Amino acid sequence: MYFWGRELLNIVNLSARVAGKTILNGIDLSVNAGEVHAIMGPNGSGKSTLAQVLAGREDYDVTGGSAKFEGRDLLAMAPEERARAGLFLGFQYPVEIPGVNNVYLLKAALNAKRKAAGEPEVDAYEFLALIKQKMKFMGMSESFLTRGVNEGFSGGEKKRNEILQMLVLEPRLAILDETDSGLDIDALKIVAKGINSLRDPARAIVLVTHYQRLLDYIVPDQVHVLSGGRILKSGDKSLALELENRGYDWVQGSSTA
Amino acid sequence: MSSKSQDVEALIAQKYRHGFVTDIESDSLPPGLDEGVVAAISRKKHEPQFLLDWRLKAFRHWQTMREPAWAQVHYKPIDYQDISYYSAPRASSDAPKSLDEVDPKLLATYAKLGIPLHERARLAGVAVDAVFDSVSVATTFKEKLAKAGVIFCSFSDAVRNHPKLVEQYLGTVVPTGDNFFAALNSAVFSDGSFVYVPAGVRCPMELSTYFRINAAKTGQFERTLIVAAEGAAVSYLEGCTAPMRDENQLHAAVVELVALDDAQIKYSTVQNWYPGDENGIGGIYNFVTKRGECRGRNSKISWTQVETGSAITWKYPSCVLKGDNSVGEFYSVAVANHYQQADTGTKMIHIGRNTRSTIVSKGISAGRAQNTYRGLVKIAQSAEGARNFTQCDSLLMGGRCAAHTFPYMEVKNPTATVEHEASTSKIGEDQLFYCLQRGISAEDAVNMIVSGFCKVVFKELPMEFAVEAQNLLSVSLEGAVG
Repeated sequence: MYFWGRELLNIVNLSARVAGKTILNGIDLSVNAGEVHAIMGPNGSGKSTLAQVLAGREDYDVTGGSAKFEGRDLLAMAPEERARAGLFLGFQYPVEIPGVNNVYLLKAALNAKRKAAGEPEVDAYEFLALIKQKMKFMGMSESFLTRGVNEGFSGGEKKRNEILQMLVLEPRLAILDETDSGLDIDALKIVAKGINSLRDPARAIVLVTHYQRLLDYIVPDQVHVLSGGRILKSGDKSLALELENRGYDWVQGSSTA
Repeated sequence: MSSKSQDVEALIAQKYRHGFVTDIESDSLPPGLDEGVVAAISRKKHEPQFLLDWRLKAFRHWQTMREPAWAQVHYKPIDYQDISYYSAPRASSDAPKSLDEVDPKLLATYAKLGIPLHERARLAGVAVDAVFDSVSVATTFKEKLAKAGVIFCSFSDAVRNHPKLVEQYLGTVVPTGDNFFAALNSAVFSDGSFVYVPAGVRCPMELSTYFRINAAKTGQFERTLIVAAEGAAVSYLEGCTAPMRDENQLHAAVVELVALDDAQIKYSTVQNWYPGDENGIGGIYNFVTKRGECRGRNSKISWTQVETGSAITWKYPSCVLKGDNSVGEFYSVAVANHYQQADTGTKMIHIGRNTRSTIVSKGISAGRAQNTYRGLVKIAQSAEGARNFTQCDSLLMGGRCAAHTFPYMEVKNPTATVEHEASTSKIGEDQLFYCLQRGISAEDAVNMIVSGFCKVVFKELPMEFAVEAQNLLSVSLEGAVG
């Protein structure tokens, strides 16, 4: 049903602001099924804002343009509808929810999605089997089963937990916001392994990242450089390497030249 | 961008689900209060002289008292002459001996509330002494309890059948003149529950009572007395729902607990009286005096409460720790939404040596509600080695509600240890958005976050009650997303 090359995400001239300040200034982006895109850029370029706007964060005002997800008007959908339709945001700073069991939240999330798709809910036993398998894959200890959502997790544990959630929810489009930040090399490898395991012809992944490092482990099909709320340059994976060598000034300089 | 705020409005507008009135002809006294009314109540209930004298003493004391004004609550003055002080279901004179004899309309009322009395009792093994408009009409599992020697009956029955026990313990924890509302209750209380667990007996089942206010304009003055003799143990569950109405209803209950040497009493409450509508019209005024006395050595009294109802809550379940090594506990979740006002907390009075107390209070405020924790930890000079731990957390939903904390401490023994922790947090937009982004609805997300906040208290509730409490919390806070 879903073929390589089918367009999943289509963004045209998207602009947005927060607290009266324009952050996104006419973004154009097309992401097809089966692809991995990396969005890179300096701090304050609008990378995280783009991720948040696509996920439906209310604090951001969309001031122009459009965003379509599998042909549906993404901007008209509530955040939870976007999630149930298969859009996943891996948070840069996953929030702690004290007293709420990690597994309980994830089971509720999976069942909300299944319900929306007209599928039967998973029961506790099925779910436990599923999550244990995914946790093993992500090298997580069973203590995660009993802990509160991100409660007392280290930075690396939080990021790993985001990827675990992604693997359980199996989104059609995953937007991962600086999932690599704050990870040591071993953790980075595990996170990359998790992300790569989700690559398939029916899905797409958008990696928002500051550094090239992650792309050593997850090779992108396309790389975009974001600056000043606009995509200044797009290319293949070699663009990321070039950026690494020449710095962001190179792109910013070349665009104004 | 999304329809979230509209949904919130719609959900906030949701009506109280348990709002209906059962049409059962009431045998009521006309409004008004004087010594004649007090005597009439006593006469209607065929009470012995000592109780009439006790009531009159309380009434005379009450007349000299003023309504307290120190609580962080505001309401129009109550006209105590405009209240009817007695109302009983019609068939009270020949009380039913089994469920078959109970008015079917009454049973239907319980069914509407989701409390199929007989089923619940049979399936859950819980004896239910159902108080309906002040007079007990159904009591189950009496035989099993009787076999264990446990007395669990309506207060009226206790006065009839166990007058000595009543006379011995009534008013020994909350004296007639303790406070304005307790004095009023002592003068006019209509009925309630009585529990006596004899020495060495662990009550074989959890004891449960469902209170329900029904006849219009009838104040409710329940009286509960629970005594656990040496080495006895009992767990008592109290839960309430009430019909919707426009006028304010006064409720001034008194609960007294007595624990002798090595005895344990666990008292759990889920309170869901009509809180008034979204504009703050109507709702129950709940002025309750609850106090337990750890009279004996090594005794323990534990209060757990989940308070979601009432327009005004004024309630401080307390423990007097007289016996050496005795333990007092207070676990509370108090929810206030719309225009609700809650001023609640506890008092831990340490008198005996090595007495210990724990206070965990979770206040949740939403809408325009005012939620106050008021607590007193008092360590008497005699309380060598006493210890207290207090934790007060407040959760705010939206920007128009308020939380207040008034912890009082009086420590007169230098060997005592008193710890206090407090926090105030807001349901974060971040937490909410995180859940939404995982596909969880705003409503479910709020429930989840709030349940997480209250978890330590829910853990203290008996299992079936914990589920009920969680449901109640969901209903009370639906749509209250800030």
